[in-house]
Amino acid sequence: MAELLQLAFSGLSVGAIYALIALGFALVYNASDVINFAQGDFVMIGGMGAVFLLAAGFSLPVAIALAVVAAVLVGLLLHRLAIEPARGASPVTLIMITIGASIFIKGVAQIVFDKQFHSLPSFSGDKPIVIGGATLLPQSLWVFGGVALVLVLLWAFIEKTLVGKALLAVSANRLAARLVGINVTAILALAFGLSAAIGALAGALVTPIALTRFDVGGLFTLKGFAAAMVGGMGSPLGAVVGGLLIGLLESFSAGLISSTYKDAVAFLAIVLVLSLRPRGLLGRASVERV
Amino acid sequence: MAKASFGRRALLALLVSASSLSLARAADPIRIGSVVSATGPTAFLGDPEARTLKIYVEELNKKGGLLGRPVELVLYDDGGDANKARTFATRLVEDDHVVAVAGGTSTGSTLAMAPVFEEAKIPFVSFAGAIEIVEPVRPYVFKTPHTDKTACQKIFSDMKARGLQKVALISGADGFGKSMRAQCLKVAGDYGITIVADETYASADTDMVPQLTKIRGVMGVQAVLNPGFGQGPAIVTRNYAQLGIALPLYQSHGVASKSFIDLAGPAAEGVRLPAPALLVAGKLADSDPQKPVAAAYKASYEAATGQPVSTFGGYGFDGIQLVTEAIRRANSTDGEKIRDALEATKNYVGVTGVYTMTPTDHLGLSPDSFRMLRIEKGDWVIDSAK
Repeated sequence: MAELLQLAFSGLSVGAIYALIALGFALVYNASDVINFAQGDFVMIGGMGAVFLLAAGFSLPVAIALAVVAAVLVGLLLHRLAIEPARGASPVTLIMITIGASIFIKGVAQIVFDKQFHSLPSFSGDKPIVIGGATLLPQSLWVFGGVALVLVLLWAFIEKTLVGKALLAVSANRLAARLVGINVTAILALAFGLSAAIGALAGALVTPIALTRFDVGGLFTLKGFAAAMVGGMGSPLGAVVGGLLIGLLESFSAGLISSTYKDAVAFLAIVLVLSLRPRGLLGRASVERV
Repeated sequence: MAKASFGRRALLALLVSASSLSLARAADPIRIGSVVSATGPTAFLGDPEARTLKIYVEELNKKGGLLGRPVELVLYDDGGDANKARTFATRLVEDDHVVAVAGGTSTGSTLAMAPVFEEAKIPFVSFAGAIEIVEPVRPYVFKTPHTDKTACQKIFSDMKARGLQKVALISGADGFGKSMRAQCLKVAGDYGITIVADETYASADTDMVPQLTKIRGVMGVQAVLNPGFGQGPAIVTRNYAQLGIALPLYQSHGVASKSFIDLAGPAAEGVRLPAPALLVAGKLADSDPQKPVAAAYKASYEAATGQPVSTFGGYGFDGIQLVTEAIRRANSTDGEKIRDALEATKNYVGVTGVYTMTPTDHLGLSPDSFRMLRIEKGDWVIDSAK
């Protein structure tokens, strides 16, 4: 029993990391139908930025806050310099631009930071919490908290605020949105800035567990992307469900079946979900109103 | 007709200038080539290698160079891409006319470059780990790092001395982890060791708790061995502590750098691993022949870069040193003569170990050149049990 509980804890801890990254995809996708493949690099900037600012003598909370601000600046620059000039292009073209941006960010990070792995101290110690014979790291609780906080804020923002509605309007029909007086450029910039902030926050929360290096972004992007697809691209709750599901699948298949095939099991599940529900578990059905 | 004689004259002029060029080359520096992965995913290996080569050549030239000529280092960065490495290898041979090569950060890059240097008959000393580089022996290819096989032998003989016979493996699914896992499975029997669990993790995984939970559930496990490099072993070590597993944990030489202790934190206490003497340069016995060499390299590297030495830079140091020593002994820049001199290397005391090459052994290190280290209070301690 304790063994199964341990696997569940492990799966939820890892799944929460995927969920945090998947949440970052939601905003940009909702505003522009673009999947921002530089999302994982925001996670890296959050983690590496916090590591280096901490080393420079700032306290941990200040270092994390500054790293998030830095990531927001990078997000805004990404929008201003790469996405905005190509505003007429199709989402596919824009997605390719974000892949290019991701490679560029990795290159710059090698120079600005360094090429080594780094870690952050855990926020509240390394002493594992024992529950029913299984152990959980206190840092995982921080990640759970981060997921819950971002989920609630994101949901409230998209569903309850005028700016959030404007965001959805831009996604639904850009021309119509502009006609009713929505500043499309500003909305897109906002989406990129906020998703960068979510990514960087994820990076700071995750680094004490998962470590960070200039190139970890690519892997985070992939897992987060998978989580977002399974859950339903654009749905914040779907991102969380998808992330936790993939985390649990990986953990249980590694612990009970074979660690060699655990990624295969997870990806098989993704294929299965997407073939049965192409919009993801909680994805909105696409409705064309005429 | 006038045209033809002009053509002939131009050809003559070209010939003259070409021959004067080759005359000039005799007084030119001795060119030693290198291709390392100073950027890309294996930059943490290649970057210290590149820095080491530059520092070494600079110091060598200050001391008057080699055979009375200055040494020029032709250094390329393959970014961790084996295809690029091969392109640069061809460039070193055809455009740069190097006399010898010391480089090749990863096994992949090394194996991609080896045929180029074999064909051009240019001696090549690699900094990469896998045993395939020197087995079977290629006449012009040598290497400096220990193989994963010697690491397995060192670890298993330590386990045997401690009476540990049932061992669980948790290996990285990257090239290094896979190769070392295979070698360990091969030699385990020689030390009376049975592998009772054999788990793997992807090199980018962020949590190895499931695998370790599974290992913990296997009856009779006495020790756990983690062949791997990069961040994986640090996470394994942390998860090991999180689960409170009390069995001895062995890591490989792949994590023999200070950054492993930093990344794994307090969880690293008591972890054992085989490592070159360089890591514990200051703690070696005074009678140890490697002590002055390792201490000198450590001092000059740390002064020039402001970073702690790593064993990877040490592989580069031994590589370039073996090449320059061979050129000195051969008293020639002829590829074949340098090769013969390299193969005749005897009792060369490097920072990684003491090298004695033979026509059948192009590495020249024995398992004894590894030191068994234990991590204690965040630092390396030489483990006395032989």
